[in-house]
Amino acid sequence: MTLDQLEIGKSAIITKVNGNGTLRCRLLEMGLIPGTAVEVVKTAPLKDPIEITLRSYVLTIRLEEAQLIEVQEVK
Amino acid sequence: MIYALVGNQNSGKTTLFNALTGSNQHVGNFPGITVDQKYGVIKGTNDQVVDLPGIYSIRPYSSEEILTRDFIINNNPDAIINIIDAMNIERNLYLTLQLLELRKPTVIALNMMDEVKANNGSINIELLSELLGVPVVPISAVKEEGISELVRVVETTAKNRSIPKVYDFCKPGPVHRCIHAVSHIIEDHADAAKISARFATLQVILDDQQIKNLLKLNDNEVEAIRHNIVEMENERGLDCEAAIADMRYRFIEDVCSKTVLKPKKSKERTRSINIDRILTHRYLAIPIFIVIITTIFWLTFGPIGTYLADGFSAVIENIIAMIETVLTNYGINQVVKALIVDGILAGVGSVLSFLPIIIVLFFFLSILEDTGYMARIAFVMDKLLRKIGLSGKSIVPFLIGFGCTVPAVMATRTLPSHRDRKMTILLVPFMSCTAKIPIYAFFTDYFFVEYKALVMTGLYFGGILTAVISSVIFNKLAFKGNPVPFVMEMPNYRLPSVKSVILLMWEKAKDFIQRAFTIIVAATILVWVLQSFDSRFNVVDDASLSILASLGKMLESLFRPLGFGDYRFVTALVTGLIAKETVVSTLEILVPAGITSVLTTAGALSFLTFTLLYTPCFAAIAAIKREIGSAVKTMGIIIFQIAVAWAAAFMVYLVAGAFI
Repeated sequence: MTLDQLEIGKSAIITKVNGNGTLRCRLLEMGLIPGTAVEVVKTAPLKDPIEITLRSYVLTIRLEEAQLIEVQEVK
Repeated sequence: MIYALVGNQNSGKTTLFNALTGSNQHVGNFPGITVDQKYGVIKGTNDQVVDLPGIYSIRPYSSEEILTRDFIINNNPDAIINIIDAMNIERNLYLTLQLLELRKPTVIALNMMDEVKANNGSINIELLSELLGVPVVPISAVKEEGISELVRVVETTAKNRSIPKVYDFCKPGPVHRCIHAVSHIIEDHADAAKISARFATLQVILDDQQIKNLLKLNDNEVEAIRHNIVEMENERGLDCEAAIADMRYRFIEDVCSKTVLKPKKSKERTRSINIDRILTHRYLAIPIFIVIITTIFWLTFGPIGTYLADGFSAVIENIIAMIETVLTNYGINQVVKALIVDGILAGVGSVLSFLPIIIVLFFFLSILEDTGYMARIAFVMDKLLRKIGLSGKSIVPFLIGFGCTVPAVMATRTLPSHRDRKMTILLVPFMSCTAKIPIYAFFTDYFFVEYKALVMTGLYFGGILTAVISSVIFNKLAFKGNPVPFVMEMPNYRLPSVKSVILLMWEKAKDFIQRAFTIIVAATILVWVLQSFDSRFNVVDDASLSILASLGKMLESLFRPLGFGDYRFVTALVTGLIAKETVVSTLEILVPAGITSVLTTAGALSFLTFTLLYTPCFAAIAAIKREIGSAVKTMGIIIFQIAVAWAAAFMVYLVAGAFI
């Protein structure tokens, strides 16, 4: 599944970061690399962007970008 | 000595800069682009510190990143002060590793150590310093703790030219082998180009064209490098970008596991989550945003702003009146007196008249920014603004634009990307500012007594519609390509620091006066000359004989298709550039019989449309030039605005002509 499908309050481990160029590099640099644990905190009132926590900080990304991040949900 | 202050956004960089320099700071422009270059002298020393933009990486993608990198490589500061948020150390260290690769004297300022301690966390400073190979000084920028120790360590490091001891961040394996192989190939080239071989190696692996060009590699070398990268990617099972990021984060995780005892969940985070339960609540977020921004708007352009502005202009008027009396008593030549009073002083007065609004507005805006609410606005409004190709934060300048274009353009400074900034600056003037209301009132009184509200509302929405249409066109043409990704850190809420709020207000006011003064005063004097003399430079009593009127007559044909091809309206539009209110007074003088005698209803609608959309005023032009940083581009924007105004007025005239 991809990060945009992860429900609020659920955690997952990143397995792959798709996309290309600047955007992908930015995601990687912000610490979204395979093996990293993420949790979806909430979505914006209009459902997009979403707020996630990773590496003990809070990041907001658009669903469009979240779709690029493949994750495995942690039960 | 010159030091570069580098750090992530939200790391407390500006607070540290303020703590280091006090009020002794200057804002300049980095050549070519309008990113602030703030520099100041560190208190009690002769050392200068340059505040570089807040960035997460020095990969050369945004202009902020390019600028930081170029500054460090080209200006060769004596030391880099890298500020790190101790509460968010992992991600902050990513930039640190890149800085260490540059092999310049570096000191880490570990900020917010007080918060770490208050939450029962701890960081082993000595070990951290040893593992990273650079001095680490714990500080609290807000409480101004550890600052003098930081300055002392930075001075020593700079004096001894102590290069970071650690720069190899990879463990044995494919990535390690690749880095060393490539490093071997480019080493001599990097030395020749005077850049750190380690830094150059990683940039070459990550396909950084700028560095590749600097190194002047030959084809064989390029091929050998490519081969090494492919081999590494195959062995590692990750592409080089992910592999390098992974390598750096693994090193960071290793360092942190040895040195950092992380608090589970900090008080600050818990507090932020609770505040956000309301402020970014699914249903409440947008209404609350509207309430907050309306309150700020109302206070700025309503009671506080008006009170200050009235008091202020009363003082200015008194001073001008005093000078006028003195000049009259002195018996000075009438023309000279008029030049001083109506030209120079009026210009100075109009520059100063913007100050109260700027000060009050930036007081509120810096609070929004410092508390962390601005990031919430970006989060909440993003989806809406993205429809017109912008991102959430742009909503703020747009809303301010309904008050006054000048501070609205100035407020674009906080937007995350240059693309967003440029587009917002282009579109903000279409928001109908309060200074245009007297014009609308004047015309509606004559032409649309019954439909006053309808016409006014129509104009406001017309402006918004024009902005939306323009943005769609821009996205297709000028600004196509990558809109900047929205990957934004959400900082914890914080109490704003009084010091930085005051410094920002002061900085904005000073900046506006410095940058806008010449343009506004010169333009006001020019318009005064054009209005006061005829083409033989005799003083005119009859305004219809002035140079301006003659110019207006020459331009009449341009405006004929719009239904107001009359020099009096053209003249009014030109004088409107000093301040929009002047349009009314000019028309009252030039058309004593009342404008209904010289204008049709369709022509009135067309004129209002033109007024709504054309270049706001000299002060706005000055602000735009300041933010865009180029006189040529500013001219382009002015032409664009006039063209849009003309086209829209033409359409309104055609449609209205068909119905009325």
